[in-house]
Amino acid sequence: MAEPKALVPASGHDKLMIGQSIAGIYVAHAILILGIVIVAFPIYYTFVASTHSLQTILRPPLPLLPGDRFVENYYEALFGGVGRIGGVSVATLLVNTTIVALGIAIGKIVISILSAYAIVFFRFPFRMVFFWLIFITLMLPVEVRILPTYKVMVDLGLIDTYTGLILPLIASATATLLFRQFFLTIPGELVEAARVDGAGPWRFFKDILLPLSRTNIAALFVILFIYGWTQYLWPLLVTNRNDMNTIVIALKKMISFADADTEWHLVMVTSMLAIVPPILVVVLMQRWFVRGLVDTEK
Amino acid sequence: MATVDLKDVRKVYAGGVEAVKGVSIAIPDKALCVLVGPSGCGKSTLLRMIAGLETISAGTCSIDGKVVNAVGPTERDIAMVFQNYALYPHMKVYDNMAYGLRNRGMPKDEVDKRVRTTAKTLELEHLLERRPRELSGGQRQRVAMGRAIVRNPKVFLFDEPLSNLDAKLRGQMRVEIKSLQRQLGVTSVYVTHDQLEAMTLADVLVVMNGGLVEQLGAPLDIYEKPASTFVASFIGAPPMNLLPLRGGQLVDAVTLPEIAGNAATIGFRPEDCEVGADGAVSGDGLRLMARVEGVEPVGAESFLYCAAGGGKIVVRVAGRTEVLVGDQLPIFARREKLHFFGSDGKRV
Ligand SMILES: Nc1ncnc2c1ncn2[C@@H]1O[C@H](COP(=O)(O)OP(=O)(O)O)[C@@H](O)[C@H]1O
Ligand SMILES: [Mg+2]
Repeated sequence: MAEPKALVPASGHDKLMIGQSIAGIYVAHAILILGIVIVAFPIYYTFVASTHSLQTILRPPLPLLPGDRFVENYYEALFGGVGRIGGVSVATLLVNTTIVALGIAIGKIVISILSAYAIVFFRFPFRMVFFWLIFITLMLPVEVRILPTYKVMVDLGLIDTYTGLILPLIASATATLLFRQFFLTIPGELVEAARVDGAGPWRFFKDILLPLSRTNIAALFVILFIYGWTQYLWPLLVTNRNDMNTIVIALKKMISFADADTEWHLVMVTSMLAIVPPILVVVLMQRWFVRGLVDTEK
Repeated sequence: MATVDLKDVRKVYAGGVEAVKGVSIAIPDKALCVLVGPSGCGKSTLLRMIAGLETISAGTCSIDGKVVNAVGPTERDIAMVFQNYALYPHMKVYDNMAYGLRNRGMPKDEVDKRVRTTAKTLELEHLLERRPRELSGGQRQRVAMGRAIVRNPKVFLFDEPLSNLDAKLRGQMRVEIKSLQRQLGVTSVYVTHDQLEAMTLADVLVVMNGGLVEQLGAPLDIYEKPASTFVASFIGAPPMNLLPLRGGQLVDAVTLPEIAGNAATIGFRPEDCEVGADGAVSGDGLRLMARVEGVEPVGAESFLYCAAGGGKIVVRVAGRTEVLVGDQLPIFARREKLHFFGSDGKRV
C-alpha cells in the first residue's frame, strides 16, 4: 500500500534522478527504515514496559506488545507516587526540569546574542581581548571547572535553588560565536541604511537584528533546551533536596541496587514522560523555524 | 532647499590609507552633482563623509551653510540609495519605506499618507505588501529610491545605484532619476564610475582620480575642454585618441599644425576625425595616415580601430563603412578640435 507513495520523492517531482533505478529506491528505503527501527526500538520497548505490571517485567521475557496497565501505571507515577522518589511527584520533577532547561536555553541565547552584538557592531577598547576571553571559555566546559564553580555556589548559598542550577551553565561561547558568524554576514550597507533611517543601536537590534536572527534563535533554542533537559552531573552536585531534583536525577535515584526493590514499571513511565517535553520542543520549533526559513530566504 | 559645501576635505583611514586628499566642491541648491572616477579613487568615501557614515579627517562639510562634521547621519537630514539597495529583508515594502519616518516619531496617518504618495509617484503601489525577495532587481531599486524620497530630506546621496541593473533598465532609470530629481528639486550627490551616466545626469560633474578632483564643471565643458589626459581618456566613449609628440613632431603625420606650447601629447576625439585625402577635406589641422586594424559597425555608426602616429586611435564614421581591415586611411582632424597636453598630463 505504501509503495506508490514511497516512489515519489518529497520534492514532488515524479521523475527519477539520473542513474537511479526503482530497485535502488527500494534498497535506500529499506536501509532508512532499518535505521529508524534500530533507533526507535528501545524507546518502543520502554513504552511497552511502562504498560506492564512489575511482576511481568521481572519475569522474562518481556512481551513485545503493550500490556493492559497503561492507565494504572501512568496514574500512579503522576499522582500516586508518594515515598518513591523521596515524596516528590513526577509533575514537580517535570516542572523543575522545564524551568532549568528553559532558563539555560533562554539565558544562553540572551547573553550570547548581546555579547555577539557588542563584539561585531561596536568599536570599544580591548574588543578583541574580550572576544578571545569568550573564545577561551570554549575550552572550559562545566566538567573542567566543576569544583571551583561548586565552591562559588556554596558560598553564594545557591545550593538547591533554580539559580544555582541554571547560572553556571549559561555562559556560552559556542552560541556567542554562532551569532557572531551570523552577524558578520549582515552587509555593512544594511547597518548604514538603518543609521541613515534614524535607528539607534537599540532600535537596530530590536527592529533589524532580532528579526533577522529568528531562525538562528529557533535552532539554538532547540539544541540548548535539550542540552539543559539532559544535564546530569551539575544538577546531581548542586541539589540535595529531592523536591529540587530534575527528572534525570530522579530517574537515577529511583533505581536501587537490588533489582527487586526497583519499581521498574514506574521507572519506565517516568522515562517516557521525561522524553515528551524535548520531543514537543523539537516538533513545535521545527514548524516555527521552517516558517522562519520560508519567510527570509525562499 | 540646501547647498552642500566641501572645503579641503580629507580622509585617512585607520590603516593609514589616504582615500581623499583634499577635495573642495560647492554644490548649489537643487543641483545634481555627479562624482565620477575609476574604482578606488575615493568617490564612495567622499559620499559617505557627506552622509556622516565616515568621520572627516580634515576640512569641513557644510549642509545648508551649517558645518556638519560632528553631526550624525540621522540628524544630517540626508537620504541615501545604496549600490545593493540595502532593503530590510524581513520588512514589507511599505515598512521599508515607513521605517525612517516612524523612527523620527511621525504620526501614523502622516506616515501612511507619505508612503502612499511616494509609492504612487514611483508606481510601487501594487508592491507595498511584498517583501524585498519577492521583487525583481529593478523593483528593489525603485523601493530603495522610494525609501529615500519618502523622507523628503535636504540631500539625496546615491552610491552607484544603477550598477546592478541590466543595460536597458539602467538607461530607463537614469532618465527617471533625472526627472524625479528635477521635479523634487532636492540637492543630490551621485557617485558612479560610468561616464555615460555621469554625462547625462550631472548639473555639476566632478571627475576624481586618486583621491583628488581632476576637473569640476558642466559636463559638456569638461567634454570639450578636458583638463588633463586622465579626464580626456575617462570622459567620452570611445575615449579621446592620445598620441605622443616627440620634440614637437608626430610620427607618420602628413601635416601637423602649430603645436601649442611645449605639448607632449596631442589628442582628438574619435567623432572629430574626418576620413579622406587632401582634396576631399580641407583646412588647417592634423593629417595622418592610419592603417585599419579592426572595423566595428554598430548600425548608426562604425568604429575603425587603427594604428597611426606611433599609437592606436579610434575613428568614428557615421552609418556603414566600406573600409576593410588592412586599408591605409588618410585621417584629418581640424585645428580647433585638437587638444594639447603637457608632459605632466595637464592641458596646455
Ligand atoms: N573602511 C576602509 N578602511 C580602509 N581603507 C578603505 C576603507 N574603505 C575604502 N578604503 C580605501 O579607500 C580607497 C577609496 O575607496 P572608495 O571610496 O570605496 O573608492 P570608490 O568608491 O571610488 O571605488 C580605496 O583605496 C579603498 O581601498
Ligand atoms: Mg564605491
